Amino acid sequence: MDEKTLEKIDRVVVRFAGDSGDGMQLTGSRFTDATAVVGNDLATLPDFPAEIRAPAGTPHGVSAFQIHFASRDILTPGDHPNVLVAMNPAALITQLGAVEKGGTVIVNEDGFTDPNLRKAGYGSNPLEDDSLDDYQVFRVPMTSMTVRATEGIDGIKAADAQRCKNLFALGLVSWMYGRPTEPTVDWIHKKFEDKLPVRDANLAAFRAGYNFGETAELLAVHYEVEPAPAPPGTYRNVNGTQALALGLIAASVQSGLQLFLASYPITPASELLHALSRHRRFGVHTIQAEDEIAAANMALGAAFSGCLGVTATSGPGMDLKAETIGLAVAMELPLVVVDTQRAGPSTGMPTKTEAADLLMALYGRHGESPLPVVAPSTPADCFGSAIEAVRIAVTHRTPVILLSDTFLANSSEPWRLPDVASLPDIDPGFATDPAGFQPYARDEKLARPWAVPGTPGLRHRIGGLEKEDVTGNISYDPANHEHMTRLRADRVARVEVPDVEVDDPDGDASLLVLGWGSSYGAIQGAARRLRREQGLKLATAHVRHLNPLPGNLEDVLRSYERVLLPEMNMGQLSRILRAEFLIDIESYTKVDGLPIFTRDVMEQVERRLA
Amino acid sequence: MSHGNGGDPVDLPVLTKADFSSDQETRWCPGCGDYAVLASVQGFMPELGVPPEKIVFVTGIGCAGRFVYYMDTYGMHGIHGRAPALATGVATSRPDLSVWVVSGDGDALSIGGNHLIHALRRNVPLKILLFNNQIYGLTKGQYSPTSEEGKVTKSTPFGSQDHPFNPVSLALGAEATFVARTVDTDKKHVAETLRAAAAHTGAAFVEIYQNCNVFNDGAFDAVRAKGEKEQNQIRLEHGQPIRFGPEGERGVARGADGRLELVDVAEAGEEALLVHDAKRQEPSLAFELAHLAARPTGPTPIGVFRAVDRPVYGAELAPALDEARAQVGKEELEKLLHSGETWTVS
Repeated sequence: MDEKTLEKIDRVVVRFAGDSGDGMQLTGSRFTDATAVVGNDLATLPDFPAEIRAPAGTPHGVSAFQIHFASRDILTPGDHPNVLVAMNPAALITQLGAVEKGGTVIVNEDGFTDPNLRKAGYGSNPLEDDSLDDYQVFRVPMTSMTVRATEGIDGIKAADAQRCKNLFALGLVSWMYGRPTEPTVDWIHKKFEDKLPVRDANLAAFRAGYNFGETAELLAVHYEVEPAPAPPGTYRNVNGTQALALGLIAASVQSGLQLFLASYPITPASELLHALSRHRRFGVHTIQAEDEIAAANMALGAAFSGCLGVTATSGPGMDLKAETIGLAVAMELPLVVVDTQRAGPSTGMPTKTEAADLLMALYGRHGESPLPVVAPSTPADCFGSAIEAVRIAVTHRTPVILLSDTFLANSSEPWRLPDVASLPDIDPGFATDPAGFQPYARDEKLARPWAVPGTPGLRHRIGGLEKEDVTGNISYDPANHEHMTRLRADRVARVEVPDVEVDDPDGDASLLVLGWGSSYGAIQGAARRLRREQGLKLATAHVRHLNPLPGNLEDVLRSYERVLLPEMNMGQLSRILRAEFLIDIESYTKVDGLPIFTRDVMEQVERRLA
Repeated sequence: MSHGNGGDPVDLPVLTKADFSSDQETRWCPGCGDYAVLASVQGFMPELGVPPEKIVFVTGIGCAGRFVYYMDTYGMHGIHGRAPALATGVATSRPDLSVWVVSGDGDALSIGGNHLIHALRRNVPLKILLFNNQIYGLTKGQYSPTSEEGKVTKSTPFGSQDHPFNPVSLALGAEATFVARTVDTDKKHVAETLRAAAAHTGAAFVEIYQNCNVFNDGAFDAVRAKGEKEQNQIRLEHGQPIRFGPEGERGVARGADGRLELVDVAEAGEEALLVHDAKRQEPSLAFELAHLAARPTGPTPIGVFRAVDRPVYGAELAPALDEARAQVGKEELEKLLHSGETWTVS
């Protein structure tokens, strides 16, 4: 046969899509690991339904995993896939719209049966008519080739074999993009070491897919994506949940405080409970509480006892925790509340992203109950943001809300591992001296002493009733309440927050694109492309601390003629900035359950500058 | 003495009631049953054998919620109904502490019912004192989940339609390992019950009939008022035949139909009396005793209904975690961060 052509490309976006039972998330994560080993920069986006197993073959049940990898620094999982792998008609009909015109579509031909076509809503088979004319289509009988490849393996029936077709797809795409096979082969060996027939079937399917790419004449071209230049260091691939878990453990080590997480299962925050539950070796204490309210209270009780109390949830759970967070404000105890935001209101779209809990985080409690809010910007930044949230909570004796989102939690990227020696030490500064002890006396940060049970001479009572300053006794005195209300606001205002950094390469941009949370990648990616491809002048800045806001933010905003603020909500931060600074922020909002894409930001900037 | 938590007994300087009384002025209504319970609890604390700094009281909202401010221990006054959850955080993270929850019928059985049953079934080492006055006192007199059917209050001018909880039965249903009942002004019995609760190694639930003299005066007269209580208190004592009345002339026996019934000892014979067994793992006897009186309006059992052993929540975990944490530092953290697939760019 002819030699196959090897073409160099600098970036590609691949999307794997199939039934939620087809193992597409696994396929994507294996491909990601192999891609990380090559040294490409990468970003991923899992996209799956809330239903665990929606009826097979229907559009509701389609689960997808997108990966963007490149020989240069990239920041998002990509807007439009260049390659779609569709395991059945439902995957094709739901995902095709996102694929770039002229893109590659690889279908599992065996999945295109009449019943599956009907369930997907196709009137005729798209593989037979002209509806895919705009795409380069490869029809591969993945199921039957997998079954053939696994014939003769003892203990594997045809039905078992069919379940390995995702590994066939993985093998095929691995060949197309020159991914090394060792990481996947090693993983299969480890994963199925107790189930040898399943191991062999998966290995056979993976190799069959790879070999099919190499030998079949159908695919004439394969691609090479060279390693991306990256700063020296050791890297690993992490999603936001993993980074957040590691950040909390690191904060526990850096503070010497035991990490105590109480949570109630909720999508997508359960993953953090799962991740931390595995780390008993680091003394991590996890409790699955009876409800969201209990989880918050348990974490607060543990904080009173001298632990690093953390509770993690998503939007609906935040509603329930509000009263307890208010109690933590009154008690002036350290507490970290992780909110992995998802599309609302109510149950909303549990597996889809949104960033619409900002106003709730800032103001969603009765009375004046201010607290600091920190929002990570990338999956890897969840590590540093977790440490930052703990630092503020512990040293300022306050609840802190860490506002992540579904996209950050599930999306992954290479993370340059920090030097542990460079991590900040966090001093809990427990009170031990009975001389002159007062539970609501204050240091220069206006923080009160953290006196934990068991400490002789420091017995005291705290609670939700208004406190007399200094003594902590119950007080209904009007002047005291006025004083305490202003003091609680002042306490938060005094939290030291780094200045916002502006990226304005020539210093002469007129438009600033401001972001917060997970829009970071899209904004940075858009800015680079607009500068490189169109020579547009624009500046960018990103806010990680939502309360208190960075001290230089107002000056930064005032130094640009126009400020564009993209958000995955109806304009919550822009509303705050307008109110705070009386600056006419231009708000771009997106609430479709998907992340903000580079393309979205580019269009908004082009509309203003081009 | 042995106790559920609070560490091993240590040699303490002799402590008195005054050592556990805070400097805060008590502000319950004059004549409130809470005063009697407070005095009993403060009076019992020296017996606990735990230094005051290792004792934590946790309360919710309601008249009973103020209890925490009057105890000179560590204390948290939480939000409505959530005291068992707050206390679970304290007790599970710090098994060296003796943790006490004080709650009321609205706090523990209405808004906080969920936390109560889960703390009990988990067997968290908490001593939960439920002050049951069968009314909402702090909000000025609405019916509570233990008020009788037909109760006329401000919120039920035509009488309540709610069927009330039987708190002892509820705790038993939640698989509580220790369930007891006592009466606020019965100092000696309160002290005995606290002693038994403190000696229990898991979650201990104590219902205390507590008179609200402002909004529900006399609700427990049958078992509380002089002249009546002698007739109606059925004192349960483990291993003893169950008898009551001024001369022990009445008793509890199992009738021909298998149900418990009240009998005259002279008629039924002493050998017919039921012998109380609080240590029976299987809870049906405790349930039967809980339902011997639907309401505390006639002969009503008080004392320990059930006291059985079951593994204590977190008893082994917390020390293991402390030990694990002592073994790890920055070096292990470095290794943790580098675990999984890593690659190096030079």
